[in-house]
Amino acid sequence: MRYRAYLSLGGAIALAACATTGETRPAKTSSASATADAPYASTYKAYPGGPTALVGATVYDGAGGRIDNGIVLFANGKVVAIGGADMAIPAGYTQIDGTGKFVTPGIIDIHSHLGDYPTPSVDAHSDGNEATSPTTPEVWAEHSVWPQDPGFTRALANGGVTALQILPGSANLMGGRSVTLKNVPSRTVQGMKFPGAPYGMKMACGENPKRVYGGKGRMPSTRMGNFAVNRQTWIEAKEYAEGDRKKRDLGKETLAGVLAGDILVHNHCYRADEMALVLDMAKEFGYKVSAFHHAVESYKIGDLLKASGTCSAIWADWYGFKMEAYDGIPENAALLQREGACVVIHSDDENDIQRLNQEAAKAQADGRRMGIDIPDAEVISWLTLNPAKAMGIDRMTGSLAEGKMADVVLWNGNPLSVYSRPEKVWVDGALLFDANDAKRRPVSDFELGQPGEGDVK
Amino acid sequence: MSAVRKNRRLTPMGTLGIACAFVGAFTGWSANAQDFAITNATVATGDGSEPIQNATVVVRGGKVVAAGAGVAVPSGIPVSDGTGTWVTPGIVASMTDLGLLDVGAVQQSNDSSARNSPFSAALDVAPAINPTSQHILVSRAGGVTRATVSSSQAGSIFAGQGAIIDLGNDADAVTRSRAFQVVALGEAGGRLAGGSRVAAHALFRNALREARDYGNRARIAGSPSSAGTRSSDDDMPLDLRMSDNAADRGSDTLLTRFDAAALVPVVNGTQPLYVQVERAADIRSVLALKTEFPRLDMVLVGATEGWLVANDIAAAGVPVIADTLDDLPANFEELAATQSNIGRMVRAGVKVALNAASMRQPRYLPQYAGNLVALQQMPRASGLSWGQAMASITSIPAEIAGMAGKFGSLTPGAAGDVVVWDGDPLETSSAPVKVYIDGVEQPVDNHQTRLRDRYRDLDESDLPKAYDW
Repeated sequence: MRYRAYLSLGGAIALAACATTGETRPAKTSSASATADAPYASTYKAYPGGPTALVGATVYDGAGGRIDNGIVLFANGKVVAIGGADMAIPAGYTQIDGTGKFVTPGIIDIHSHLGDYPTPSVDAHSDGNEATSPTTPEVWAEHSVWPQDPGFTRALANGGVTALQILPGSANLMGGRSVTLKNVPSRTVQGMKFPGAPYGMKMACGENPKRVYGGKGRMPSTRMGNFAVNRQTWIEAKEYAEGDRKKRDLGKETLAGVLAGDILVHNHCYRADEMALVLDMAKEFGYKVSAFHHAVESYKIGDLLKASGTCSAIWADWYGFKMEAYDGIPENAALLQREGACVVIHSDDENDIQRLNQEAAKAQADGRRMGIDIPDAEVISWLTLNPAKAMGIDRMTGSLAEGKMADVVLWNGNPLSVYSRPEKVWVDGALLFDANDAKRRPVSDFELGQPGEGDVK
Repeated sequence: MSAVRKNRRLTPMGTLGIACAFVGAFTGWSANAQDFAITNATVATGDGSEPIQNATVVVRGGKVVAAGAGVAVPSGIPVSDGTGTWVTPGIVASMTDLGLLDVGAVQQSNDSSARNSPFSAALDVAPAINPTSQHILVSRAGGVTRATVSSSQAGSIFAGQGAIIDLGNDADAVTRSRAFQVVALGEAGGRLAGGSRVAAHALFRNALREARDYGNRARIAGSPSSAGTRSSDDDMPLDLRMSDNAADRGSDTLLTRFDAAALVPVVNGTQPLYVQVERAADIRSVLALKTEFPRLDMVLVGATEGWLVANDIAAAGVPVIADTLDDLPANFEELAATQSNIGRMVRAGVKVALNAASMRQPRYLPQYAGNLVALQQMPRASGLSWGQAMASITSIPAEIAGMAGKFGSLTPGAAGDVVVWDGDPLETSSAPVKVYIDGVEQPVDNHQTRLRDRYRDLDESDLPKAYDW
């Protein structure tokens, strides 16, 4: 599937909370490398799975909908239908009793470094930051991904994560291309690449770039230096993009892809004032910020973020670990949601990716305590359809709608409860985790023959 | 809370007798201590039992008087109806850096480690603890009322001496200073010792032998409990060798005199030694130290592979402050990591508290405990019962800190550390509505709540947000 880029500049964005799905236009790019298809094309093929009916569970469809005592049908890797108890179940479907259980789309983590910073976290595995130049748009995260990272398996089994974006780290102003993966075990990264997903480009504001390069006696060493380097780089990228492009330039190809709207910008940024400046920089050069990541101060500028259609990919309640995180508050998500801005809960962590549902639940509860009531079904969209939109894969996954990928989690209780866990996880209709089947859990090559191989983890 | 100052104010309770003087820090009585009772609540006492419906908690003079069903409220005590709420002891967070830093990455504000200090074991966090640190305020609002605080190793396998604190809104945070020593003996210890586990064990043994030797030869004058500008407030007297410079030592010593002196109570077994260790083989080597240094009072910290040697740990009677929910081979000493580690150790009879240092913030302790309860529903996994999980963040960490019955439970006589929650405290959707420490209702506002209130709306039509306070 060809990704269709979204145009937001000047377009009337009258949409739901997550305004990344603005008016669409065909991707005008001529650079074949703007999607994950080529080069290093995805070789992922869905694994087999029979027609399945989940019957009697509470269904959160990922788009804000909820069906009690619902039915979810999927076959041939696609969602066939979802409906109430009166919906007919065609012959040939294996029925799974979901009484007392819950169904959601597969969880999507928009911010992960699995594979690039895999476990064991030894120096030899530290492949997430090409911290040798403040702008490295030429590097691609997929070239660092180690598919045997055991973290992928934990995210699947304990977190119900079926798709995730692997980002370069935040040492650089422009850190390189991200890659979106299906969370399927594979011998190669190509076997994990999400077919048709657009690339993202990681950018970073604030403390990290100026600290890393200032510490080396190089520009940037200040926030104003950060902006100067970024702007000069965009000026040169525009020249390249408008030129004949005869001489290939990996970095500028990525930047041209951003300017064309084919590559989505994921911008690590904590402070509200800096995010506002970045939005103006995006206007200056004609690109869009798909999501600010970490964004602990988004609640101060929910109005600006709504207007720009930029998501905030955030933790529930991290704060204070660095100066620019000092004003983080647990009500960030709820305040953004009330303002009509797009909320995504992200992990940035190989452990927290296993509990994104709990992070969302905490953020929901913190909102409720200040008088902002957000229904469970909408909270689930923070982990499913909203990240899918910000990653440009929402036409394929992120909600349980007919024809979408059958990325599905059956939870043994309400996923917004600390007491609930994924019981079964399907990726494109293939059952890849089953808590009731000791062998239906992936074990990475690294863990074979080690103490605890195949343990419940 | 200084016992001395507290006890001066204890006159209204003089009938409690002289014994109170020795536990002055835990009587916690102050001018603000309220007598109160909460009725019709779901009460968890923290002792490992399951929660009790329609129960009552009574606190008088800063201490728990009674908790349970069928408890009569003495006349004259203000009663609040706790219908719909849960009441628990305050959360006890082990191995925190509370009060030692403002912003982790702002080096000037961070006193949690000291790479360039000439000292190691002698380091004592107590004088550095700042009771008005935002992290203390935020943790308190999350229901954490007591904590152990320690440095991190930076230049040595010894991190120095940790303290026990309360998170009360007063100037006296330290309940017990020099409450324990911390040493790293696994992978991290090996790197700090010069490059290998072998070096760490050599350094450790040498240090303990030097301390033993120093302790034997040092002349001690006076009564150990009479010196120091700040007493340790209870049954852990100040060791004068810490400030004594009379003892001669051999010329081949590796430790500074100050460090050697600090390790004397460790070899004597009067100060617990917290040993950070993860791998099963390393745990066995640590347990074996007791044959060489029989008086060591050890606590394992981390113990990610503890389940593989759970019977050995149980047989040694060594408690564990365990990393919680770690399930990745983060390094080669944690290959067998599983979230079931704690459940399996508890089932083998090990006393286990949750390690707050294994999570990002101490206020996550209830959530992590709840995850252990969730494991009970997972085939082949080992979790904890609800009561066990609550105990692992209240009474058991208190017990490991040497404070059994003094805080961390709602048993009669314990400090009036009481948290009223708006629901099941282990559930992600729940939060404290009231927090008491030593019977004193605590403020739960902080930098975060002030920001929340300021940005409740984005309206600046009259004045900028800076005037909204």
